[in-house]
Amino acid sequence: MNFTIEVNNNKLSANKGETILDALQRNGMSVPTLCHMKGLFPTGSCRMCVVEVEGRRNLVTACSEPVTDGMKISTHSSRVIESRKTIVELLLSNHPDDCLYCERNGNCELQKLSEDLNIRERRISGQKNNYKLDVSSASIVRDPAKCILCGRCVRVCEEIEGVSAIEFVGRGSKTFIDTAFNHGLNLSSCVNCGQCIMVCPTGALKEKSHLAETKDNLNDPNKTVIIQYAPSISVTLAEEFGFKPGQNIIGIMNAALRRIGFDYVFDTSFSADLTIMEEASELVHRVKSGGTLPMVTSCCPAWVKFAEEFHQDMLDNLSTCKSPQQMMGAIVKSYFAQTEGIDPEKIYSVSVMPCTAKKFEQQREEMTQNGISDVDAVLTTRELARLIRLHGIDIHKLEPEIADSPLGTRSSAGKIFGASGGVMEAAIRTAHYLITGKEMVKFQVRGVRGLEGRKEAKVQIGELEVGVAVVSGLQNASLLMEEIKNGRNDIHFIEVMACPGGCINGGGQPIGADEEAIRARMTTLYDIDEKDAIKVSHKNPYIVELYDKFLGKPLGHKSHELLHTHYQKREIK
Amino acid sequence: MRSEIQDILDKYPSAGHDSLIPILQQVQEHLGFLSEESVVEVGKFLKMPTSKIFGVATFYNQFRFTQPGKYHVQVCRGTACHVLGSATVLDEIEKNLKVKAGMTTKDKLFSLEVVACIGACGLAPVISINGEFHAKVNSESIKTIFEAYRNREVVS
Repeated sequence: MNFTIEVNNNKLSANKGETILDALQRNGMSVPTLCHMKGLFPTGSCRMCVVEVEGRRNLVTACSEPVTDGMKISTHSSRVIESRKTIVELLLSNHPDDCLYCERNGNCELQKLSEDLNIRERRISGQKNNYKLDVSSASIVRDPAKCILCGRCVRVCEEIEGVSAIEFVGRGSKTFIDTAFNHGLNLSSCVNCGQCIMVCPTGALKEKSHLAETKDNLNDPNKTVIIQYAPSISVTLAEEFGFKPGQNIIGIMNAALRRIGFDYVFDTSFSADLTIMEEASELVHRVKSGGTLPMVTSCCPAWVKFAEEFHQDMLDNLSTCKSPQQMMGAIVKSYFAQTEGIDPEKIYSVSVMPCTAKKFEQQREEMTQNGISDVDAVLTTRELARLIRLHGIDIHKLEPEIADSPLGTRSSAGKIFGASGGVMEAAIRTAHYLITGKEMVKFQVRGVRGLEGRKEAKVQIGELEVGVAVVSGLQNASLLMEEIKNGRNDIHFIEVMACPGGCINGGGQPIGADEEAIRARMTTLYDIDEKDAIKVSHKNPYIVELYDKFLGKPLGHKSHELLHTHYQKREIK
Repeated sequence: MRSEIQDILDKYPSAGHDSLIPILQQVQEHLGFLSEESVVEVGKFLKMPTSKIFGVATFYNQFRFTQPGKYHVQVCRGTACHVLGSATVLDEIEKNLKVKAGMTTKDKLFSLEVVACIGACGLAPVISINGEFHAKVNSESIKTIFEAYRNREVVS
């Protein structure tokens, strides 16, 4: 049913059951919000979105108030503006005010609100927040002093990721956000996905930076510094420099990385191809030999830790493959070091990831060979942008270059890893070849692309009908795992990504992207796949060469040693 | 091994999240405080994340997370006591015991808690030690009071 509502003296149509905020946004109007999260149940706690409704004594929150027929709304009356202004002034009253030093300077919702509301003097001064930094985690730094208690991190952690590592602690003016027993993120159930950073309006949450170590090693003449970048980086980095979402700047990025001083530039999509060789072989092996099914992907380190905590009875279902980041790291310090004649201890291996959990993964003790880490430092997309700016590189003026051979050459199957469903699709393409000896007629696997939280499909591979499921957001993964535990047996292969939509929406990506931007990033990845000549990992000539010259065959002895791992049960606190 | 709080949990065979507070109250009554282990166990029992339980428990003044001392000191910070200087009293006691409110002394002898009003406004400022009221306290009398409790220990 349609209503007519009147907003600032303009007639608009609204649908029964939608909130004032929905109706406004659908009609291209806006009111500021802070605690509001699209798609989640409104809490109405921050009061930023208040509007004046004729006949109502108090201001109402647009995010939680349903529209009624004939409702007369004023979104920017002086009463409304004063009220919003006061809220922001109160938020600022105990804020540390160190914007110039803050990670989010220039990209902060609190800063923007106070700018938009024209706050030009300190009218209310309160006692400054004084909380300790939580630097315990390998991935995420929390600064509760900058927190304005909007609760978005708490909600994303609980409702999207099903982790609930953090919660409001205490009461009233002493409320802050913390882990159970104030132990810090490191000892909590936090899986390091970084989605809390993505929703944080201020600088209260950020990644643990690896920039300083990286710079030190770049300046060390005795070190060979190599860098790899994840499939999604080339389609998101551009946004940090003002390009519109979905621009692929891989060539420019290669050039920028060389200017910064990296000795070798490699593409993690190459090792994504390698992951597919191992993982597809593992799937085929499990299907043929009656191994544990369904097999679940293990590329996402947040999902791996989540499984180690919450789905311990399914650890055997996880593929034993290391993630592409770790595979690249292992190959760089073995095969590459050997062929180039470089001492692995003198290699400093950096990766650029869309992800904060990769920082945790990199320091896992399983991810080493003879005491040498596969990967030494992990930068997020945001950190790479900072590094590029630090070196004064104008990426608008660079000529595209290609990555280094042989670990910089990929098939497009490795590239689509960046989107939810991509690992599945790439694995199916190769599994099809391994089982039938023939390539798929159409490479696109129907039903596994898109941003939906859960996708399921049936894929015909020769005589075999394979049931596949793709989930993103760990809450969705949990629901699926419960179904499997309760006896569901029509699924053979599952892809899990912690971040909704996959790595293109990872916790290390540029902050502030909306769904449209994420869709644009995804579209670009699939466009690349569409246009590429080599669409299957097993046809990547350098992958073939790597097996011929070094690894032998997938799941072979050397692969086992370098490319596979194991998991540990973790106590949840 | 049967845990210390299993008897309490057994009383709630089909408990939902709404049973959280009564369970926590009974656990605290039994243990004297909410230990980490007990909170984790209650979380598993109710299928609730530990962080959520910690959030709820820190919201209420009644829950404590450290083992109470042999003598549990409650300092009234109600209106009447406040007017008559309970802030200074609390300050003095914190200095005397060398702990902050909510903590227990290293020798496990005293624990310190701030309460809203213990209903003895006529005796303000008042403190209660294991239920024993000490009326109209001040910096001087506090020293004597705590000295007396410490001396009891030496004798016994």
